[in-house]
Amino acid sequence: MPKRTDIKKILLIGSGPIIIGQACEFDYSGSQAARSLRAEGYEVVLVNSNPATIMTDPVTADKIYLMDLTPESIKQIVAEEKPDAVLPTMGGQTALNLADQLHQEGFWEEQGIEVIGVDIDAIRITEDRQLFRELMESIGIDQARSNVAKSLLEAKEITQELGGLPIVIRPSFTLGGSGGGIVWQPEEFDRKVMRGLEVSPVHEILVEECVFGWKEFELELLRDSNDNVIIICSIENVDPMGVHTGDSVTVAPAQTLTDKQFQVMRDAAIKMMRSIGTFAGGCNVQFAVDPTTGRMIAIEINPRVSRSSALASKATGYPIAKVAARLAVGYTLDELSNDVTGTTSACFEPAIDYVVTKMPRFNFEKFEGVDEELTTQMKAIGEVMAIGRSFPESLQKAWQSLENGYAGLGADRDESPRAEVRDRLKKPYWDRTLQIRNALKLGASVEEVADISKTDPWFLYQIQELVQLEAEIRQHFLERIEPDFMRLIKRYGFSDIQIAYLVVDDTSEDEVRTRRLELGIKPTFQLVDTCAGEFPAQTPYFYSSYESANESEVSEKEKVIILGSGPNRIGQGIEFDYSCVHGLLATKEMGYEAIMINCNPETVSTDFDVADKLYFEPVFWEKVQDVIEHEQPVGVIVQLGGQTALKLSRQIEAIGIPIIGTSAENMDLAEDRGRFSDILKELEIPYPPYGMATTIQEAVDAAERVGYPVLVRPSYVLGGQGMRIAINKEEVESCLIEIWKQMPDNSVLLDLFLEDGIELEVDAIRDGDEVWIAGIMQHIEPAGVHSGDSTAVLPPYSLSEVVLNSVEQYVTEIADRLDVIGLVNVQFVVKDGIVYVIEANPRASRTVPFVAKATGVPVANIATRVMLGEKIAEFRERGDLESTLVGYALKEPVFSWDKFPEVPKELGPEMKSTGEAIAFIDELTDEHFQRPYEMRNLYLSR
Amino acid sequence: MKLGQILNNYKDTCKLALADGTVVTGVAIGKRGEIGGELCFNTSMTGYQEIMTDPSYHGQIMMMTYPHIGNYGTSDADMEALEPMIAGLVVRAFSHQYSNPMADASLDVFMRAHNVVGISDVDTRTLVRHIRAKGVMNAVISSKDLDDDSLVEKARAWPSMEGLELASAVTTESAYNFSEGDGPRIAVFDFGVKLNILRSFATKDCLVRVFPASTALSEILDWNPDGIFFSNGPGDPRSMPDSIETVKEAMALDIPLFGICLGHQLMSLASGLEVYKMFVGHRGANHPVKNLDTSRVEVSTQNHGFAVDIDSVQPDIAEMTHVNLNDGTVEGLAFKTCRAFSVQYHPEASPGPHDSHYLFQQFLSEIESPGAPVESQPAAASAK
Repeated sequence: MPKRTDIKKILLIGSGPIIIGQACEFDYSGSQAARSLRAEGYEVVLVNSNPATIMTDPVTADKIYLMDLTPESIKQIVAEEKPDAVLPTMGGQTALNLADQLHQEGFWEEQGIEVIGVDIDAIRITEDRQLFRELMESIGIDQARSNVAKSLLEAKEITQELGGLPIVIRPSFTLGGSGGGIVWQPEEFDRKVMRGLEVSPVHEILVEECVFGWKEFELELLRDSNDNVIIICSIENVDPMGVHTGDSVTVAPAQTLTDKQFQVMRDAAIKMMRSIGTFAGGCNVQFAVDPTTGRMIAIEINPRVSRSSALASKATGYPIAKVAARLAVGYTLDELSNDVTGTTSACFEPAIDYVVTKMPRFNFEKFEGVDEELTTQMKAIGEVMAIGRSFPESLQKAWQSLENGYAGLGADRDESPRAEVRDRLKKPYWDRTLQIRNALKLGASVEEVADISKTDPWFLYQIQELVQLEAEIRQHFLERIEPDFMRLIKRYGFSDIQIAYLVVDDTSEDEVRTRRLELGIKPTFQLVDTCAGEFPAQTPYFYSSYESANESEVSEKEKVIILGSGPNRIGQGIEFDYSCVHGLLATKEMGYEAIMINCNPETVSTDFDVADKLYFEPVFWEKVQDVIEHEQPVGVIVQLGGQTALKLSRQIEAIGIPIIGTSAENMDLAEDRGRFSDILKELEIPYPPYGMATTIQEAVDAAERVGYPVLVRPSYVLGGQGMRIAINKEEVESCLIEIWKQMPDNSVLLDLFLEDGIELEVDAIRDGDEVWIAGIMQHIEPAGVHSGDSTAVLPPYSLSEVVLNSVEQYVTEIADRLDVIGLVNVQFVVKDGIVYVIEANPRASRTVPFVAKATGVPVANIATRVMLGEKIAEFRERGDLESTLVGYALKEPVFSWDKFPEVPKELGPEMKSTGEAIAFIDELTDEHFQRPYEMRNLYLSR
Repeated sequence: MKLGQILNNYKDTCKLALADGTVVTGVAIGKRGEIGGELCFNTSMTGYQEIMTDPSYHGQIMMMTYPHIGNYGTSDADMEALEPMIAGLVVRAFSHQYSNPMADASLDVFMRAHNVVGISDVDTRTLVRHIRAKGVMNAVISSKDLDDDSLVEKARAWPSMEGLELASAVTTESAYNFSEGDGPRIAVFDFGVKLNILRSFATKDCLVRVFPASTALSEILDWNPDGIFFSNGPGDPRSMPDSIETVKEAMALDIPLFGICLGHQLMSLASGLEVYKMFVGHRGANHPVKNLDTSRVEVSTQNHGFAVDIDSVQPDIAEMTHVNLNDGTVEGLAFKTCRAFSVQYHPEASPGPHDSHYLFQQFLSEIESPGAPVESQPAAASAK
């Protein structure tokens, strides 16, 4: 059936602020869906409260409503826009639940709006454990034995029927498994059951047979209106059942299933998708397999795009959200062509000839007292994906992508003591694969490790090969490594840093690289083509490996590389993806070939439709250098990808490639507290007195000098990590112990804490001649609450013109002095009429997308064009710098406290929010302003 | 496993030489030795053992595009014939260690036991792209002779698949009953039949009797079959004049006929359609086939290097019932002058998706109630 012509206008619901379990993968799917629906000639109306998204950009939809995702706002939009249909499957569980809620009220029917992409009556079935269970029974799909409890007593009875502990608790209708978990011990039973009952909005939990330790799989499916169903990707979890799939290391395709097992799973998945009503769209099905008997049970089905479908799209090259959106408007799969090959059908199942490893990224250091054990409740903040020609290679690349100091799967530092390895292996933690490697290195057998960790032995054998190769490398002198051996270890993913660490001689990453190139061993770039090379493909989507031929042809055009920000973390999230996407688009508009390097599968910047060329690679120096040396760009843009990209700028300049925008030297000036303070002094700009320390005595002396309270923080960190306020000598000491425990060898900064000060921040652009202030934001919360956790108001609501003039003057002076080209963000505290500069960051900040959405000025686009030579005056002449803001815009932080019930809700200098929402208000009497204003001091802690 | 054993896996050098002069070096897996054959590739990500034992691959060197091969070992249940049929195996990353409690042996042990030569640690992707550009060609794998020129000479000297009759090498020596069902009596012409085809009939309670490829039609008719099945198999169908003649005789009778792969090609040739050797061939488990009757798409298992020429399909002889959505090639035919249909792809799967399994039922329905329509895939169940 061709596309429907009875539908003209479609309402697309986004997923709202980023929280754990629902992150920027929905910006990727939502913007893909919106773009493809527009390309088909539909008018797209979009609603989302998250300003840091590409989907809420004018480039994505015809009409955008930056509003809360509530039934009221949907009703308001519907009254205004009168859409013909609503597509709720692109905005995660939030959008689906919202659509369901309105369906229960009879709203869609009453308005004559058709719900597309899902069978609205079936949503309940997939979310309600009991209904799901009954459905699976009726179609003959095996499941874990279980029953629903509405009280503690019922839970006890069911547990007895299931043969006792351990059991799993799953609250109905919660996101990312909130409030769920495994009960191992009788003494934790009551507490965990009650918590599950409390967090479930319908106060109901499922008490289930514990299939902890079983193998876990996911399939991503697409179905069209002619009932054709295809499997886009199979995903196997390296962490077995018991660890939420969002927290698991996962691999695509499945590695340990025979064809017979896989086909049984495929048949079951198709049957399940067909059983949840009549609809055209995507879905995700999860299975568990008993490793000893092979018994397969269904875990769940999600009739929408998901985190895994974003991963599957990046892993296979098959754009699931894009195709799902087209299926929702009536196309059948056989009518669509495979965008990647351009010549073959979209109605097929991708065959891949590489291994994809996804690894979650956590931020436990942000939450004091957090339980780091991984459970059925998701705790990860972000994730990385790595592509290699083998599992060991992709696993090592995944570790390189995490950006937490590792150069691969271990083998780059002193070994952990045996006792620690034994302890950490007992329970699933974030570094499971590393602990497996450590245990094998210490001589544990695959059988022992499999027994303890329940990891499938195949993965262990692969890791053991790495351990054995490590031992071989330790026997070698760098100078005497033969080409064949060097190629072998590179094919196993060992980085030059690991090789330098392992070889007998004392050497460096650079020396290994030099030696390697002398031996003629350099990476090749392979194409992600959906078809394992069977057909030619056009999509410029590459990964590196050590093969015999290069598939990435270098064009004659002038090229600009943009470095992405790696995995999402608190303090460095979707906002940087937003800036990178605009950077790519602006670079293309300026006539350059725009090349992206990033490793975060949730992002829009790694959609192969966005850049001219995408390298899905770790933002890790060796890999970045490989791409740079292959492409020979005219320059690299680092200021859009957060600290991750920024910290590579020195090395990029050192190999003779220019940094586009502010130079590495000047970025360093801003980072280096001592040199930056000297500049402020020279410019006669006030700043709080500070001191630096490398010992406790120095710190105490410095604190005495600047005066209490002091803000204590390690230098060079992200999102205020480890930052505390200390009011006396004892507290300074305990702060330092805490910091040095986590980050030994880091120097510490002590600033006078300007108590009760008003915090301000400014985003600005400088073109070499002049500085343009894009936005000044005043925080509602007092200084001391991290800027990312504060409610920011644009424009400022209570500051005098004198203060604002000083702010603008200081920004201009600092930007001029640092010779900023492009973006700069400066933070201030105003106290007793004095404007103090706290810090300046010559790069895209977290607030760039907020300012752009609030003012309607495409700040990131302008900044990129300025970096590439355009002048602010030209934009001004065209009227591009005119703000459209009426009243005030508020950036409201959003937290994921419910994922860490053991952590007290406190705000301080360390950032804890995971996402943000935007609100537009006319008057300060609006509740959006009044509520945080009244509570502004409530949670300030240290 | 002792430390250091990893390098043992890399100890024995092995080479793969192509007839066009390309030579790559890797490491030996399975039996050490030397073998030649047509080098083709398969894109299935699971099912290496079924592929290796599929008689249609007789004499071919199989290159798997999925890099890790051997992960779940081998098991008797995954055999498609009594022994491996491929000449040699080419992989990127061989699993010496496997994980599967249901398995009988590692792939390496299996290959050694069955004398299958193989090479690992070669850049299979680049070789696939090479074949895609240059077409399938002969090759030699050797861990004995490591001289490039000599190996290329051997690859060139290896007989071409074009014009080669191979069914006689893999067919059963004498007729046998595969299953004793109460249902229809199915006579199978064995040109290299996959076990899962026989199992597919057997699970539908058929009495299945397998006959050697060279059996005269009269002998089969003496057995009094309700339907005759022409199996898959290796080689060039155009080099099988006797079989074509037998098929032609059968197509003159009023008896339901069903052909898969080579059987489909023989039925086409017997009807006067043309068959040609493809540039690359289709080998994998993900090709979309559209059933033109129902408009439903089946994700199919494919394994063929020859195909029926679409231009030769005349409406008075046969109707195209199935088409390949990737390249528009003929995937299924319904013959007009007899009770016969055939498909180019593999509804028995193994390895691959089960989407097309309905074709076996279609054949049995044709036997039981001629002309009855058959639902191609299970209808959508309603959740309401």
